[in-house]
Amino acid sequence: MKLLPVSDTEVSPRILKVSRGTADKVFRGVVLAGAMFSVAVLGLICAFLLYRGFEIFKDFGFSFFTSSRWEAAADDGSSPAHYGVAAMLVGSIVVATIAVVLAVPFAMSVALYLEYYAPQFLKRTLVSILDLVASIPSVIWGIWGYTILMPHAMGWSKTLNHWLGWIPIFKVPVPIFERSPFIAGTLLAMMILPIITSVTREVYSQAPRDQVDAAYGLGSTKWGAIKTVVLPFGKSGLVGGTMLGLGRALGETIAVYLVLNLVFKVNFHILASVGGNVASMIATKFGEAGPYELKALMAAGLVLFLLTLGVNFLASAIVNRSKKIA
Amino acid sequence: MTVFTTPTSELEIPEPRTPWRNPAKSFRTNATTAVISAVVALLLYALTGLDGVLGWYVSFVIGLLAVVLVQSYLQKSKNVTDRVASILVSVGFASVLIPWISLIATVINRGRHAIYVGFFTHDMLVNSMDEPLNLGGISHAIVGTLIIVGLSTLVAAPLGIISAIYIVEINGKGARAVRFLTQAMSGVPSIVAGLFIYSTIVITLTHKNNAFAGALALAVLMLPTVARTSEEVLKVVPRDLRDSSYALGATQMRTTFKVVLPTVRSGLITATILGVARVAGETAPLLLTSQYFVRLTTNIFDSPMASLPTYVFGALRTGTELSMARAWGAALVLISIVVLLSVIARLLSGRPSGRK
Amino acid sequence: MSESTPTENMQAETIVPSIVPTVNVPAEDRTSRTADNLEAKGQSGLEARGVHAWFDKHHALADVSLHFPQNTVTGLIGPSGCGKSTFLRTLNRMHEFIPKSAMAGEVLFNGEDIYGSDVNATEIRTRIGMVFQKPNPFPAMTIGENVLAGLKLAKVKASNKDELLEQCLTRAGLWKEVKDRLKAQGSSLSGGQQQRLCIARALALNPEVLLLDEPCSALDPGSTLRVEETIVQLSQSMTIVIVTHNMQQAARVSDYCAFFLSDGGPGRLVEADLTTNMFSNPSDQRTADYVQGRFG
Repeated sequence: MKLLPVSDTEVSPRILKVSRGTADKVFRGVVLAGAMFSVAVLGLICAFLLYRGFEIFKDFGFSFFTSSRWEAAADDGSSPAHYGVAAMLVGSIVVATIAVVLAVPFAMSVALYLEYYAPQFLKRTLVSILDLVASIPSVIWGIWGYTILMPHAMGWSKTLNHWLGWIPIFKVPVPIFERSPFIAGTLLAMMILPIITSVTREVYSQAPRDQVDAAYGLGSTKWGAIKTVVLPFGKSGLVGGTMLGLGRALGETIAVYLVLNLVFKVNFHILASVGGNVASMIATKFGEAGPYELKALMAAGLVLFLLTLGVNFLASAIVNRSKKIA
Repeated sequence: MTVFTTPTSELEIPEPRTPWRNPAKSFRTNATTAVISAVVALLLYALTGLDGVLGWYVSFVIGLLAVVLVQSYLQKSKNVTDRVASILVSVGFASVLIPWISLIATVINRGRHAIYVGFFTHDMLVNSMDEPLNLGGISHAIVGTLIIVGLSTLVAAPLGIISAIYIVEINGKGARAVRFLTQAMSGVPSIVAGLFIYSTIVITLTHKNNAFAGALALAVLMLPTVARTSEEVLKVVPRDLRDSSYALGATQMRTTFKVVLPTVRSGLITATILGVARVAGETAPLLLTSQYFVRLTTNIFDSPMASLPTYVFGALRTGTELSMARAWGAALVLISIVVLLSVIARLLSGRPSGRK
Repeated sequence: MSESTPTENMQAETIVPSIVPTVNVPAEDRTSRTADNLEAKGQSGLEARGVHAWFDKHHALADVSLHFPQNTVTGLIGPSGCGKSTFLRTLNRMHEFIPKSAMAGEVLFNGEDIYGSDVNATEIRTRIGMVFQKPNPFPAMTIGENVLAGLKLAKVKASNKDELLEQCLTRAGLWKEVKDRLKAQGSSLSGGQQQRLCIARALALNPEVLLLDEPCSALDPGSTLRVEETIVQLSQSMTIVIVTHNMQQAARVSDYCAFFLSDGGPGRLVEADLTTNMFSNPSDQRTADYVQGRFG
């Protein structure tokens, strides 16, 4: 073996290019087209709802967001149509917030229980059950919520109102406790719990074993190790899962339709039988809507779509980041 | 300090012990705690305004916490927080089980009254919702759900799998974007999917409500589930497998179709079934698209079509005792289908979703 | 792992002695390592009697009896999978965190079985500290908080935290490097510094015994040297047990060595002796083969 003399010319890197045959180019093209089409649906939804609802935005402008009136034009022409989603938007947010506030502590404890407290032989079964519960259709949650949960929840409402009625949100102008935002929020909390739990549990399960060991090695109890290592590590997972749950809660239709009294009025008294959310309003009004009201519904749908999309974008960004760190 | 050891074959192996687990002792401690807590709970229940089964539950939890705090104080234990935390975590978990059990029990308990043989063979053409339960059935809704969900699977499953192939196999410049957008798509509210299909297909194309539109609306919801699960599945295929196929001179297309996809066939079926389970119970988009029809029909273009969720919803809205019974009956059938699909999907994939 | 074919794997851990720096320890410390001196250190301290360990059905470790005299360093050596780390974890009850694990035998600490029914395991772990293979400072805490984390986790009260902080970091040989940035994140340190931070963290609870599980396997030679110096310094005041893959390291830091081996079945203790004897004149042929790098 002999060393070759070193060449004194400048070395420039040769770019390696994968050359592909025609078949592969076609294949890649088709797959790309399919993927693009799937994703384009998001854009199409936005475009079509905007197209159909454009007249409404033009006619009502900003008052579509600030007004709570939803009235079709009178038959005799005495009053014009007026559409605004303020009450429904506020209602969506109120109900979804109640759901998240109630669901998160329980979701955390279920995730911790499954990862750190459950007996080994039970764990797999419990995780499967959680997945099954996640697939229970919302109409079934709705019918259960209406017949079983509501009577109980009305009792809790009365207790809350009795003891905490001096706090504005627990006040009720008229003592009717049926179909309130509180009941809808409670039902939604149960519905979004599986999704929050499964995201959180997955992140908790990736908490670094060696740091948990380090905590135990320092004489920590189980809770000490969880508090020092698992909870800080899983923080962004919990936030992301919560956002996903929030997105679900904002867009839920049928269950809310069944347990929430639709009233076009901004209401923060969560125990009172007054509320609404954009999704269930669309379902309620759709059947009897004339052409112009239909356009208003499309506009409301667009608002709901953008709201949930924003929340979901944020959620996926957070969840992806927490997975990358893990 | 030389060590003389006996050969392994002659070694007397003692019984394995787990001294850190002491069932008898911990049972004694826990039983004592539980009994005292029950007594405290009884007092609480009697003295405060708590009532019903839930009142019992709440006073028991309060009692339990109080007793543990007192015990820890008496034993001067340093681990109060640990005990309280483990109680709170377990109680939180148990509380979540209550609505789940209640829901399943109620659906079975109330749904079974509506079920008889004819429930599966009759439609509602000549019967109304509040007629006695031995008349009429849900055959039209079952057939409708099968048709609508089947059609939407035909649309969504290939597209979802293609998206996953794009993300994992092609892994082009847009892969991250496609991945992110399919994730975001899984959050599209179901009613919005319905509105979208109504505004495109129903208004401009078919001019009437039909099963075809319903299927497309469900496809919008099914696609992200299929895409994300397929992506997870494809990612598990080791890189070596693809490399060795390339090394044999195979094109990417042949590698994908002959090597990668056959390897994960059951995984892709699982992904599809999960997608089906995700949409089979959707109500809101169908109310806007395929709506409800009293008669068994297989015409997907010219008439509305019934489905199980819309049947449940319709019966519920009728609101009489008999129609409610029908709603529960159809809910029982629906939940059985969804649960069965999910169980099949898990069995096929051989593990609970999440990690191994 | 099979000892019958030593020649096949002999390169696995071939060591080039000249590259590895020698430990710079005052001469009087080194000279203390004589047979008479060590035997005089008495019978108290930590002692394992007939320890076995299982993972589910897998019998990982069989019949290990070993005494660790006070204020000595014992090196546990042997090829991978011989059960030495498992043995180490049975010594402060870390073994039980692995699901479905089991054990047999006794571990006597100052004459008392730490697996006894009335023993508080978390308290045992504060008195028998442990440092792990990978440096693992708590990422959410600053350097200072990391050192004192044990106090919080084990609910131990300290009268003067600043003093304790300085003392632990000094003993771990890290004080000079970090005294001006105690508020920085633990993860901002280099790998070797992180490992010494973890040692300081274990020292804060003032343990009588320190267990080190391959503490240098993730470190570069320079950092390894610093950690080894720290270990030798610490052995003046505490009992140290160190698992290591590195023969030179065992020779440099330990007073005693114990050689573990698995013949396909559970890991067994083959031989234990003064380190000088182990390396110069082992009584078992397998030990000789291993310490001379013929397999492993």
